Amino acid sequence: MREFPVATSPHLPPRASVPALMYRVLAALAPGAALATWQFGWGVPLQLALACLLAVAAEAAMLALRRRPVGRALADGSVLVTAALLALALPPYAPWWLTAVAVLAAVVLAKHLYGGLGYNPFNPAMVGYVVVLVAFPRELGHWPAPAALAAGPDLATALSVVFGGSPLPDALTAATPLDHVRTGLSMNRTLAELRADPVMGRIAGTGWEWVALGYLAGGLWLVWKRVADWRIPLGFAAGLALPALLAWGVDPDAYPSPLFHLLSGGAMLGAFFIATDPVTASTTPRGRLLFGAGAGLVTFLVRGFGGYPDGVAFGVLLMNMAAPTLDQLTRPRVFGERR
Amino acid sequence: MSARIHPFHGGLVLDGRKALSTRTPPAPVPLPERLVVPLHQHIGAAAEPVVEPGQRVLKGEPIARAAGYVSAAVHAPASGTVVAVEAHPVPHPSGLSAPCVVIEPDGEERWHEGCRGTADWQALAPEALRARVRAAGIVGMGGAGFPTHVKLNPGPGRAIHTLVVNGAECEPYITCDDMLMRTRPQAVLEGARIMQRILGARRVLVGIEEDKPEALAALREAAGGAPDLEVRAVPVRYPSGGERQLIHLLTGLEVPSEGLPADIGVVCQNVGTAAAVRDAVVEGKPLVSRIVTVTGGGVAGPRNLEVPVGTPFSHVIAHAGGYTDEAARLIVGGPMMGFAVRSDAVPVTKTVNCLLVAAREEVEPARDPRPCVRCGACAEVCPARLLPQQLYWYARAKDFDRVQDYKLFDCIECGCCALVCPSQLPLVDYYRYAKSEIWALERERERAERARRRHEAHVARLERERAEREARSRARRRRATDREARQAAVAEALERARARRTVQAEGGHAEGDGAEDA
Amino acid sequence: MIPAVVVLAAIAAVAGALLGYAAVRFRVEGDPVVDQIESLLPQTQCGQCGYPGCRPYAEAIARGEADINRCVPGGEHTIRALADLLGREPKPLDPEVGEEKAPAVAVIDEELCIGCTKCIQACPVDAIVGAAKQMHTVIAEECTGCELCVPVCPVDCIHMEPVPVDLETWRWPYPGAAEAHA
Repeated sequence: MREFPVATSPHLPPRASVPALMYRVLAALAPGAALATWQFGWGVPLQLALACLLAVAAEAAMLALRRRPVGRALADGSVLVTAALLALALPPYAPWWLTAVAVLAAVVLAKHLYGGLGYNPFNPAMVGYVVVLVAFPRELGHWPAPAALAAGPDLATALSVVFGGSPLPDALTAATPLDHVRTGLSMNRTLAELRADPVMGRIAGTGWEWVALGYLAGGLWLVWKRVADWRIPLGFAAGLALPALLAWGVDPDAYPSPLFHLLSGGAMLGAFFIATDPVTASTTPRGRLLFGAGAGLVTFLVRGFGGYPDGVAFGVLLMNMAAPTLDQLTRPRVFGERR
Repeated sequence: MSARIHPFHGGLVLDGRKALSTRTPPAPVPLPERLVVPLHQHIGAAAEPVVEPGQRVLKGEPIARAAGYVSAAVHAPASGTVVAVEAHPVPHPSGLSAPCVVIEPDGEERWHEGCRGTADWQALAPEALRARVRAAGIVGMGGAGFPTHVKLNPGPGRAIHTLVVNGAECEPYITCDDMLMRTRPQAVLEGARIMQRILGARRVLVGIEEDKPEALAALREAAGGAPDLEVRAVPVRYPSGGERQLIHLLTGLEVPSEGLPADIGVVCQNVGTAAAVRDAVVEGKPLVSRIVTVTGGGVAGPRNLEVPVGTPFSHVIAHAGGYTDEAARLIVGGPMMGFAVRSDAVPVTKTVNCLLVAAREEVEPARDPRPCVRCGACAEVCPARLLPQQLYWYARAKDFDRVQDYKLFDCIECGCCALVCPSQLPLVDYYRYAKSEIWALERERERAERARRRHEAHVARLERERAEREARSRARRRRATDREARQAAVAEALERARARRTVQAEGGHAEGDGAEDA
Repeated sequence: MIPAVVVLAAIAAVAGALLGYAAVRFRVEGDPVVDQIESLLPQTQCGQCGYPGCRPYAEAIARGEADINRCVPGGEHTIRALADLLGREPKPLDPEVGEEKAPAVAVIDEELCIGCTKCIQACPVDAIVGAAKQMHTVIAEECTGCELCVPVCPVDCIHMEPVPVDLETWRWPYPGAAEAHA
């Protein structure tokens, strides 16, 4: 007779893990981040490093306070994803304290006060972003000019801007394309005139369009790898582009084209990396389409009619709130249940 | 109802590892020193033993009779002597012991004379055929062990149009159905025909996964192009061998949620069950042995073996070359739905289709659970189209009402969700836990209801007894008063009579009056 | 000031009258809450809650006299179900009434039994059979494990035996606490 340790089925080794998912998301961010560095200079890697360090420290502290095993939870990589998304959403030359406030709001407030990974109803990165957007709108408007328009600051200047409190030289700043459209339209210029301005680039802003394509490439890889559900980016794109198409069809001088909408601001980053955060999104198939579409639609509305140049963060947060209801309303029909 | 295949939702493509055990045809295992035959090898009530220690039995002789309709008889797997009727560990996830008949085989292998079959079964009425299936103690051999005669009797109002014969064998490693189909295709089809006759089904559909070309070819050849029997290949996708999934694949029909296949005019039987039905009807042999796949990186010579029911696992494994150094886990069934047992001393039963002795790397690394991130991968692979993650939350919170709202009982415990869960949560453990708690609560409710009624009866009895006691004492009192009254009346009458007599004595003729008065 | 007071008083009077009318008009006959509560109790009739049976305890809960955490045999699940029904917070079993334990049935040592019938009278569900001066025995199937027969036996011949777990009554355990988030 021989004895064996017992275990429950299924006995096959598990096929996936949370850290693997998180590191894939980070890998998928790489092309966009690289292109952003190329366009906006040292500020991008500086913010990434700063946000990651702060986030890891904040997460470790919160885990310790909550008496959870620190190393194990840190290893899941989720806090790095939050930090990276925040760093890429914030202006690359934002002062260090702004990033710190955003990271602390994301990790402490939005994540751990709700119970940590898996229990937070709102996307932590977007909570952090909106906190600083509402509190410090001026700093959030300070974007550097893309590489094609002005050579970025060298490392020393970048360091002194981020950590030393010195302002980014005026020659190096430029309005973002979304800002440019917004202020231009409010000054009664038509889009045809605006498009001729150098910041507007070919489709959605010099430099910006390249970064957006980088996120698109990484995002498509995530979808192909089934890390992100295709329904959310598709819904987002539809929710943003269809109303934009309608408005553009009515008056192309007052409303930017759908393609401009898709490739400008945080649309691509939001559609593929932020709205797809599974913890805070809807979980049912139809719910996910609606979730994406809602976030896209809110983005369109805020951009066109709201008080902020971009609306991705608001779109995602509003839909986070709606996710439980969406789940409830879009429960799939169980096999054998009457149609 | 076309020959088209209707794919089901979800499922997984798994590494089958079937070639390990299909090199040689199933060979019989020599009899062990002792057979330990459990009385409860099926769903339903345990069989009741009809033999006593010391009694000689012949092969195929009934040793326990079915206890009620949903139950199955048990027969001696070999001729020999009953040495005990007692509890022994049985193959069950609990590791518990249950009553067994222990037989010491004499090696003569003499069959019981009651075992007689008929090749001319077409002359028998469906009821008679069903009675033979029942007498032979046949249960579903795909693993569930539901008594076959019950499934073959869907009851009035449920006309069966299609018999689905399940040869999908979708679980990795298991090949006993494959080898049976390769070596005894005629027996499988004849059993299917017998069941078709019992059910009055219009057609028979046999479903086999594409990765078994030999079995497909063998059955197709044996079928010989009969118009009402079709052998169809289904795509390799676990769990195609799930009853509901296979019926959907072959017919496009969905078995109703919380319902039975018979509700939509279909009955599904495993190929092993079909062969057992044929052996019972044509040869008169009750179900006393079965083909068992012995496989995995933990055995030296993986193969299929013909094993008498009651043979200890250790004996079977020894005849598959014994353990290798890698042996890490002993699993009854496949790696997706099978359960691990602690000891190899437990016996093979009618439902043990596979002994998987898994090597370390086949079943490890162990799970490393983290919080659910609501990724929804589980819902994508769920063949019942459930929301496993919601089931998990509610089962974990012991919210047994909500977990049933989310159709817990439509879960077939296939394990797909747990396999793809990035948080590596033991999802199926939560479902099994919730199911068994709900069943236990159901039993408790029934007990409570019975206790309430008995308590009410008890209170009513006390009340009645008290009332009776009171009535008796009242009656006694009344009787006492009556007696006094009567005595008083008598006394009065006597008094009057005396008075009258006095009057008579004084004034004459009052005698008649006196008599009247008295 | 005065008009405001008058108006508010008038509103209060009207609302009060309406409520009073509703209370009479929509009065519910009987007390279904008691039935609902009773249906959640295990019907052990053990009296460990301090009431002479499950029905009286249910009535006491409905009246607000007794708390919902006094049913020992019902344990955690019954407390949860009661909390659910009554919209209250579940709480742990009142330590005053005892501790949750495995289900058990009474067993009479038939060698020692003198046939006094005291246990028969104590059994709330008539699960003990026997006659005066004859040995008694417990119908295990019907025994609720209330233990009321144990103290009344003059020769201490009754003891409680845990109900053995078999293949039918075995339950899957609650999955291990190995999860990262407790």
